[in-house]
Amino acid sequence: MHTILLTTAIVTGFTGFLAVLLTLANRTIANYGEKKLIINEDKEYIVKGGSSLLSVLREEKVFIPSACGGKGTCGYCKVKVLEGGGPVLPTELPWLTKEELENNIRLSCQCKIKEDMKVYIPEELFNVREYEATVEILEDMTPEIKKVRLRLNEGEEINFKPGQYIQLKIPEYEGSDEEIYKAYSIASSPEEKSFIDLYIGYTGGTATTYVHKFLKKGDRVYINGPYGDFYYHDNRDKEMVLVAVGTGIAPILSILKYMAHNKIDRKATFFFGAKTPSDLFELELIHSFEESIPGFKFIPTLSRVKEEHNWTGEKGRVNVQLEKYIDNGDGKEAYLCGSPAMIDTVVNVLKKKGFTEETIYYDKF
Amino acid sequence: MIDINPMTIFLAAIFTNNMIYSYFLGMCSFISVSNEIPTSLGLGQAVTFVTTATAIINYILYKYVLLPLNLEYLRFIVFIITIAAFVQLLEMVVERYFPNLYYSLGIFLPLITVNCIVFAVSLFMVIRNYTFLQSVAYAAGSGIGWTLAIVAMAGAKQRIKNNNLPKGLEGPGITLIITGLMALAFVGFSGIVQIQ
Repeated sequence: MHTILLTTAIVTGFTGFLAVLLTLANRTIANYGEKKLIINEDKEYIVKGGSSLLSVLREEKVFIPSACGGKGTCGYCKVKVLEGGGPVLPTELPWLTKEELENNIRLSCQCKIKEDMKVYIPEELFNVREYEATVEILEDMTPEIKKVRLRLNEGEEINFKPGQYIQLKIPEYEGSDEEIYKAYSIASSPEEKSFIDLYIGYTGGTATTYVHKFLKKGDRVYINGPYGDFYYHDNRDKEMVLVAVGTGIAPILSILKYMAHNKIDRKATFFFGAKTPSDLFELELIHSFEESIPGFKFIPTLSRVKEEHNWTGEKGRVNVQLEKYIDNGDGKEAYLCGSPAMIDTVVNVLKKKGFTEETIYYDKF
Repeated sequence: MIDINPMTIFLAAIFTNNMIYSYFLGMCSFISVSNEIPTSLGLGQAVTFVTTATAIINYILYKYVLLPLNLEYLRFIVFIITIAAFVQLLEMVVERYFPNLYYSLGIFLPLITVNCIVFAVSLFMVIRNYTFLQSVAYAAGSGIGWTLAIVAMAGAKQRIKNNNLPKGLEGPGITLIITGLMALAFVGFSGIVQIQ
């Protein structure tokens, strides 16, 4: 009995002493007081000094993309620090190029606020935040592609540009012991701010397996966004060439919905590539654009068509149709979304037709 | 108590009884932070300092608190807590009062709270009944030996940076194989001296 009491007393006393010591140290040594954080010269925040820039920004509801959660192992959370960041830390160096070092780019998870600080954050990141949403629709579009509608909480809105994407949080589930974030383009119209639609194809990967085999209607999920520099550009004098294969149709549909809603009458041709007729989806919706956007033309093309399919439309991959339908790149701009292989091929074709880098926008996934 | 010159123990801890090459301890940061020589060197110095300082504190705690009270079996929990608290405190102090030192060494401190060799040194020193001087020599030597190992690994990794490796061997795989090869070389030192 005596030993038990003694042991407990010693351990308690010892840990208690250290806990008091550390608390005192935290109050005094690690207390940097309140510091001023100025974002883009105009937004001023009074923040608690001593914590990392990333966590402070998150508290102020400014979401910087970060995949590792502030451990300095992903290198995504880059921010331009104009004043007060102190020297670059060795933990940041592996992630920064020479150019970025010259431009004062820092990893916000490693850079701590110890003095007043001025930072620059691209305006579009102010829109980025985390949303909780409910799975409202979970519907098979083709045997391999599901349409997922996520409705935001009552009263919440998401503002995005047509073509941008969000990240969906895939929680731990049977078969995956790690939480991951996966990017999906938004297919719904930016005018519909209370929900987003995604098309998710089954690849057998962690995220798509979760969506196809585990996700149920009514489930709660987390998304963050919007992100991405692939979006609709309002150059109304230019003709649009839209190209997508498979689930790459998502951002294109968002762009078309946006155009239809705002009665933007631009000449636009949409090339949609798939393997067989059963891989084509949302045809009714696409055909409806032919009425709402007078200059719209839809060209579906199938690469693995057989006799029994009774297919009368175009055959071959999208690049074949581009060769056939596009004469030159004069006064046109192109929006491509699909696999890297498809994008590379199509960019080559378009360049040969006279498109320049500046007139081709694409989203590889 | 064994009668060995602390200097011998110091050298032995670096070469013949190297923490990495003969005990394979402290592997996590050894594998993940050994990409660049300056970073490895910084981490190594921090590990050496923390190992030595905590060995001293733990020696005093063990000798003057745990032993007299017959509580040797509490050494695991006491050592671990001491190390964790010490590292945390050290980080706060260095960050606040020695900014320059913080930028070169301090940022590695959180990484080494969980470095096994810090704890291993404290345990070995009581298991082997080292005296105070022997313990300090052993701790410093182990830290330096670990630094030597991680810097050597960083050097080797830089050499193979642009080589094409089989997919499955990239990263930790090849690091472990290189460690194994280097360990074989260090086996050559063993037997020169006995320190336990």
